[in-house]
Amino acid sequence: MREIKTDTITDAVRQIVMDAATDLGDDVVAALKAAKKVEKSPVGLDILNQIIDNAKIARDEKAPMCQDTGYAVLFVELGQDVHITGGDFEEAINEGVRRGYKDGYLRKSVLGDPIERKNTGDNTPAIIHTQIVPGDKMKITIAPKGGGSENMSEVKMMKPSDGIEGVKSFVLDRVLRSGGNPCPPVIIGVGIGGTFEKCAMLAKKSLLRGVGDRHPNKFYADLELELLEKINKLGVGPQGLGGTTTALDVHVEVHPCHIASLPVAVNTQCHAARHKEVVL
Amino acid sequence: MSEKKIITTPLTDETVEDLKIGDNVLITGTIYTARDAAHKRLVELIDKGAELPFDVKGQIIYFAGPTPPKPGQVIGSAGPTTSYRMNAYTPKLIGAGQKGMIGKGEMSAEVVEAMKKQKAVYFAAVGGAGALISKSITAAEVIAYDDLGAEAIRKLTVKDFPAIVALDCRGGNLFKEGIAKYGQK
Ligand code: SF4
Repeated sequence: MREIKTDTITDAVRQIVMDAATDLGDDVVAALKAAKKVEKSPVGLDILNQIIDNAKIARDEKAPMCQDTGYAVLFVELGQDVHITGGDFEEAINEGVRRGYKDGYLRKSVLGDPIERKNTGDNTPAIIHTQIVPGDKMKITIAPKGGGSENMSEVKMMKPSDGIEGVKSFVLDRVLRSGGNPCPPVIIGVGIGGTFEKCAMLAKKSLLRGVGDRHPNKFYADLELELLEKINKLGVGPQGLGGTTTALDVHVEVHPCHIASLPVAVNTQCHAARHKEVVL
Repeated sequence: MSEKKIITTPLTDETVEDLKIGDNVLITGTIYTARDAAHKRLVELIDKGAELPFDVKGQIIYFAGPTPPKPGQVIGSAGPTTSYRMNAYTPKLIGAGQKGMIGKGEMSAEVVEAMKKQKAVYFAAVGGAGALISKSITAAEVIAYDDLGAEAIRKLTVKDFPAIVALDCRGGNLFKEGIAKYGQK
């Protein structure tokens, strides 16, 4: 049994909250630079340049790359041999989020009630997904999510007869209907199978993969590449103003499902694809 | 890279008529930020026939809610938010004299109709480029609805604020044109 203090958790979360907001991953930056080489629209090219410059300014000046510093979504892999001491686990995470958003001068975008719509003032509560795993470590990943791209996400309970072609049309249609709203170029997370909530979770988790990381199963790896190519032929382009760079990548995750079902979820991620992790 | 048009606020009919979709512009002057909650309040005032907290005639409203400034900064990161959420409100504000919007993503047919009738223009700024865009903001002051935090109305002084004409006053639509031009079957 290994002990981890809640204070340690709070400090670690505070730090990754701030780092995620300002430091875009090298994989995303490299994909944006690669897109510049193939983008056919001059307006699109200008936009890609602005996005790349923006990422550099954000990193150099420790400024949030986007003003929507998101809803704090955290994934915790908790080793079963860890004993958390010193207080409440979820409160420790929320305290880290609270401090990170304050000390990092990040925007507070969370409302306490969806209908009353009053800001909580400190960007809590966070969304926390915890999974118990073997071992005595704790891995915490933050993936702050902006509203613009989250709003362009969707779950569809398809019929088994819709099959793979139905899945592809749903994904392409979702991207086309989203237009410039989710700040393309986007990264598309697709969850197939499981249940209503499971496929949404798969789509979300798939976005934690690095740009260019393929599904281990060749069938799904090929599906990712096929969808990516087709999405980029839609013409939506950077910011929806036309062009050949609509997505930087597509990630697919799958899960066994019921004989009657074919659940599919699309989680749309903007180019500000922020995530940071820490292992305690 | 195409040439950039320099425009200053407030906008006149002539400036608006001179702009067409795809134009790269650099905006200098005063613009006002407002998002969903502030728009709701502004339109409630228009409906009541009450005075607005600032004169919208000829002005540009920037759909944005910035991050808090760090000590010594005039504003934090300040990129555009998604514009379709303002579809319900913008025609009334155009009716009250507003001449321009800056945001991201497309706006509705009703907004385009109002733009055609009253000569207004919609600019797209690059969503997610908030750190870069804030470099063109030289002053910022909350002038209304401080209680809304990031959603308060801010008067911004901007110099060479980069944007692209996405919907013009003749019904030109760069979103539709872009897809038609670059979409492949
Ligand atoms: S969709 Fe992403 S890049 Fe665009 S404004 Fe929202 S968080 Fe920022």
